[in-house]
Amino acid sequence: MTDVSFIGGLWGLLILVSLSTYIWRASGVVIAARINPDGALSQWFNCVAYGMLAGLISRIMLMPIGILAETPLADRLAALAAGFVLFWVFKRHMLPATLGATAVFLALTTLRSFGYL
Amino acid sequence: MPFFMVLASMMGFGSLARESGLSLGVSVVSSATVWGLPGQVAFAELFAVGAPVLAIMLASSMANLRFLPMSMSMLPLFRTDQRAWRWRYILVALMSINTWALTLRHGPAMPQDQRFHYYMGLCITCMTGGLIGTALGYLLAVSFPFFVIVSLIYLNPVYFIFLFSGVRHRNCILALLIGALLGPLFHLISPDWGLPFCGIIAGSAAFWIDKRMKASPGGPSL
Repeated sequence: MTDVSFIGGLWGLLILVSLSTYIWRASGVVIAARINPDGALSQWFNCVAYGMLAGLISRIMLMPIGILAETPLADRLAALAAGFVLFWVFKRHMLPATLGATAVFLALTTLRSFGYL
Repeated sequence: MPFFMVLASMMGFGSLARESGLSLGVSVVSSATVWGLPGQVAFAELFAVGAPVLAIMLASSMANLRFLPMSMSMLPLFRTDQRAWRWRYILVALMSINTWALTLRHGPAMPQDQRFHYYMGLCITCMTGGLIGTALGYLLAVSFPFFVIVSLIYLNPVYFIFLFSGVRHRNCILALLIGALLGPLFHLISPDWGLPFCGIIAGSAAFWIDKRMKASPGGPSL
């Protein structure tokens, strides 16, 4: 564990971490106040936000870190595919797709941990 | 639905935080003040392995860089509402992928003065779910089997994939597709800087392709 005694313990570290992440949110406010909301620059930032989020989520799906990394890629993708089938069957409704994919994933990992797969 | 999504994914963080040696109080408060799973995960995991304070700050900050373009693209929705604009620094502190994506989707069609209420309602719902989830995950961590915890964590990215599958604007769809393709590749090149570069390149490419398609007469439009 990290030595945090010199910054006032764990709470001190939390304050530093919180501030260092809030910087991005606050910078967004400062810049947003100075650009034309309907302009090209604003549109571009919107695209960057979507690109960044898609990159993050696809990385979590394909190359997770932590506990999710202990599951096979095939399970993650098979469950996602099942979700897309439901998404299409239910005419683009998120709820059945999300729950369906998670249920398939739960079933697969459960079967694996009991040695059936 | 967002309430339960946040609840479930923050339960995953709660159990991780406990394993990492954070206290219950710090874990729950971090959900409120950092309010972004990748940053919180970096905080907990690096703390557990004894990384230097500066490294923890940098890593969790980089993991939450996405909040810069996100807050920039969301704030114009609140610009004409005087009262909402006065709260702008609070609005962005409460922003998550969930509240951002839903507000961007439903906000533009709403009257200006209703967006603030909609957004705050959404944020309070998500925050409540997040805080309860963190505490529950922390307290129940030991009593869940592996396949339940891992499924709770899986729920989060899947939810966002379907949330983004409903996006309609062509430039956003392009950005999502290119970003999804580049994200893992860029992560291989640099785990720290891959994501911001992925966003900038995917976003710029999508922006440019969309402009080109608009410029060419008779081009396909979605």
